[in-house]
Amino acid sequence: MSTRALEIVATWVLAILWVSPLVYAVWTAFHPSAYATHFSLLAPWTLANFAHAWEAAPFARYFLNTTLLVGVVLVAQFALCTPAAFAFARMTFRGRDTVFALVLLQLMVAPDVLLVANYRTMARLGVVDTIFSIALPYLGSAFGIFLLRQTFRQVPQELDDAARLEGSSLLGRLWRVYVPLARPTYLAYGLVAVSYHWNNFLWPLVITNSVTTRPLTVGLSVFASTDQGIDWSIITAATLMTSGPLLLAFLLFQRQFVASFMRAGIR
Amino acid sequence: MRRESLWAWALILPALVMLMAFTHWPAVATLWDSLYSTPRGSRPPVFVGGANFRDLLDDPVFLTVLINNAWYAAVTIPASVALSLLMALSVNTALPGRSLVRMAYFTPTILPMIAVANIWLFFFTPDYGLFDQILSVFGGGRHNWLGQMSTALPAMMAVAVWKEAGFFMIFYLAALQSMPPDLAEVGRLEGSSRWSFFWRVTWPLLMPTTLFVMVNAVINAFRLIDHVVVMTRGGPNNATNLLLYHIYETGFRFWDTAAAATMTVVLLVVLAVIAGLQFGLLGRRAHYR
Repeated sequence: MSTRALEIVATWVLAILWVSPLVYAVWTAFHPSAYATHFSLLAPWTLANFAHAWEAAPFARYFLNTTLLVGVVLVAQFALCTPAAFAFARMTFRGRDTVFALVLLQLMVAPDVLLVANYRTMARLGVVDTIFSIALPYLGSAFGIFLLRQTFRQVPQELDDAARLEGSSLLGRLWRVYVPLARPTYLAYGLVAVSYHWNNFLWPLVITNSVTTRPLTVGLSVFASTDQGIDWSIITAATLMTSGPLLLAFLLFQRQFVASFMRAGIR
Repeated sequence: MRRESLWAWALILPALVMLMAFTHWPAVATLWDSLYSTPRGSRPPVFVGGANFRDLLDDPVFLTVLINNAWYAAVTIPASVALSLLMALSVNTALPGRSLVRMAYFTPTILPMIAVANIWLFFFTPDYGLFDQILSVFGGGRHNWLGQMSTALPAMMAVAVWKEAGFFMIFYLAALQSMPPDLAEVGRLEGSSRWSFFWRVTWPLLMPTTLFVMVNAVINAFRLIDHVVVMTRGGPNNATNLLLYHIYETGFRFWDTAAAATMTVVLLVVLAVIAGLQFGLLGRRAHYR
């Protein structure tokens, strides 16, 4: 019995160790700079660091940019991946397996790796430094197609046949039978996609160059490297602020988040 | 049948065009570029054959970067996989405050890597960063964690493991929870110790999950370099320079597109080898289809 107690203690120690960087960041962000590295239970709490950060850089604009980016990606991915996944799941045509294998290649070679060539494509299209250009390489998503195909394949064929007998067209069946049944997959995929693109950094760093297009991650890095020098309280406040919405959403919908990531990962 | 074919292609085409335009085409273009010289001013690119690859082999920075990335992968992959398994096993039992513990493990994965990098940059600060403060209690001196050749790369590895382990834990947890409970019952009746039960039953059953997690860890080891941009910019003296970061610098700070393309080809080959291994190891398992 005592080994069990020991295990419980060890688990808790690891958990506390794991979360302590975050706790420390929260401490720093909510206290005056003087207490950034100096702990005291009597230290006054403050929101001044957040106010400073908010004023020192156009974070409101960055929030807007990121929201737009995530919105565009999400809508376009759903619109593009749904029909493709349906065709791969429920239709027969020559070359299907070859094309599907080509699609899956993207799981390994993400657009992130092909920065230089994609930058040139954007330059040719004349869309460098636009929110659209951040989203563009990710709109056709192998991951989304794969996940939805798996879900569509599990829809009972009888439902499809019944709708067909009632005279539903192909698109009508996709829209009224398949999409509603795949709702949990859409939720799972949506959460994964939102957190991926909210957090994405390298490609936006390369392709954006101005306040009106920069997403939060790039804005934060510009802010932390140039504007603030070494005031850690303000930098930490900005850091928490930019990841705040996602973190808050996670804490509120923890169960759905975890279930979604699990669903998205089992493949 | 032909009508159905036409429909199918019509449904697939929009997504396929986007995929081809930003994954397949740039991959082919990169291969092409690696055989040409970098255009400079009015001088157009010239076909140079394998010269870019030969130059790469003579470039000491490139070799350093490759070795760094190999070390980085060799440490972060097993460390985060082992930790994630340990976390999953510990959370998969009746435990007081179980959901809190799970949350503590998982929360770092929700943060952007760039936010993680900012937070840890502060911890690694000499003198008044968290680590030096803790060490000073035990009489330790001042450490320039990110500024020293010997500690900079290990510091980056720690950041990556912290960010990643909780994510992989989720997949192990899913696998553990789908295991039939009577298995553990049989083990108990047999009187086998938990240690031997784990190695004889649990670990083999987790193999598909381990492979899946490993592949993701490998991809991340070569793809996720946000923290390098924020924390060290590859320094000191290239001690934390990783392959993709070097490509980024070569392509966008020195505008040597031929060299960047050549290194991207190397990266693509690495990823292709991993994809091949995944296909060989996972291909026949029910896991995929």
